[in-house]
Amino acid sequence: MGHITFLVAVVIATALAFDFTNGFHDTANAMATSIATGALRPKVAVLISGVLNLVGAFLSTEVARTVSGGIVDDALVTPAMIFAGLVGAILWNLMTWLLGLPSSSSHALFGGLIGAVWVGAGEHGVHFEMVVEKIIVPAVLSPVVAGVAALLATYLAYRLTRRARERTVGRGFRIGQIASASMVSLAHGTNDAQKTMGVITLTLISCGALGKQAGPPVWVIGTAGLAIGLGTYIGGWRIIRTMGRGITDIQAPQGFAAEAASTAVILSSASLGFALSTTQVCSGGILGAGIGRRLAEVRWGVASRMAVGWLVTLPSAAAVGAVAAAVVVHGGTAGIVVIAVLTAAVAGGIVLLSRRNPVRADNVNDAHDVAVRPSAPAVAAA
Amino acid sequence: MNLDWNAFGEVAGVSVGATVAVVTVFVLGVLALSQRETARESGRGGGSALTAAGLCFLACAAAVVYGLYLIIPGFHG
Repeated sequence: MGHITFLVAVVIATALAFDFTNGFHDTANAMATSIATGALRPKVAVLISGVLNLVGAFLSTEVARTVSGGIVDDALVTPAMIFAGLVGAILWNLMTWLLGLPSSSSHALFGGLIGAVWVGAGEHGVHFEMVVEKIIVPAVLSPVVAGVAALLATYLAYRLTRRARERTVGRGFRIGQIASASMVSLAHGTNDAQKTMGVITLTLISCGALGKQAGPPVWVIGTAGLAIGLGTYIGGWRIIRTMGRGITDIQAPQGFAAEAASTAVILSSASLGFALSTTQVCSGGILGAGIGRRLAEVRWGVASRMAVGWLVTLPSAAAVGAVAAAVVVHGGTAGIVVIAVLTAAVAGGIVLLSRRNPVRADNVNDAHDVAVRPSAPAVAAA
Repeated sequence: MNLDWNAFGEVAGVSVGATVAVVTVFVLGVLALSQRETARESGRGGGSALTAAGLCFLACAAAVVYGLYLIIPGFHG
């Protein structure tokens, strides 16, 4: 391991930090509706999801062979650019968590990389037609498909059970939800942990610590799985509240339909190699389930705020990644230290801000909205 | 840029179809359970309803197993 330089060590640590934010940002995808309907107690839900994410990391050996799946020119990417891209992704993930916005961790990562490569290697390093084909088109279509599927399924579920015993129906669907939520968690672990493993493995290959065709060493699989599992267990409660209570008031049949739809979309598109966002698919599913039940109130304000969040995720992470890349590329080791310290400071500041109006396991179901200001819980966070 | 609209269409069709199928079968299972409780309360056995419920949930379990097969690459090379 004599090849591991300071820069490589920093990239690995940053990749694991991103993996952690990825985990706690995305706990909501699998578990928000189960927590909202009471199918699982909050702490139990995040424990199951965390363990399944860790298991998922070990189950799948198909680690990405490229950093980005062709979105940027991998031949031009240096560890410094990867570091800058990860910084952009981490800061955007923390920002949206503070606001309780379910935004895509994958888009944050790709955005950060695009910005970093654009500045570090020039415009020709970014393959814009691939960005449209692999990110933007699936981002628009996948939530719509999940939404339509969840809408139809929810409508059918309520239509067919309207004469059945309410208690039996509620209990049945709550048990079903445990299975459907677990499937989403496992699929998440096999997908998202791989991204971090891919980033670390390619960094190790680029510095000569691993051979050209090497797979990820066991310690990389283990640490990446642990980081995402731990992040999931810590739980992004602010986002869980928005997805479970904010978009619509979810009942057990809706939660089951939404999760079944999300699982179906994630699994059926996996073979096509889309950079599908679990977050967007699950949000679409929940929205569809909200529309599918008559009399259910869908909070379009929350939904449109979320949609705006999706639109700005990639460019925002790209902007942060670009600034970080500019400093790192021109500043060398000193630049890396400056960016690392700044990132830690901003991250710490965001965590402190969240303390003013905390959302935890014990109050996650108490309200619909996530506020940043302490005194005015009714005012939507701006 | 060559967008594969056929692939998108296929994903959309399969997703909607699979979701509606699984949820419908699960609903039928829950309905059968509900009927069994009604039957038990009126003194009848409700055995056939229980069998129907079991079959429905078995079908859902098969869908879960197929999902696991798709999630875990080790199973399909």
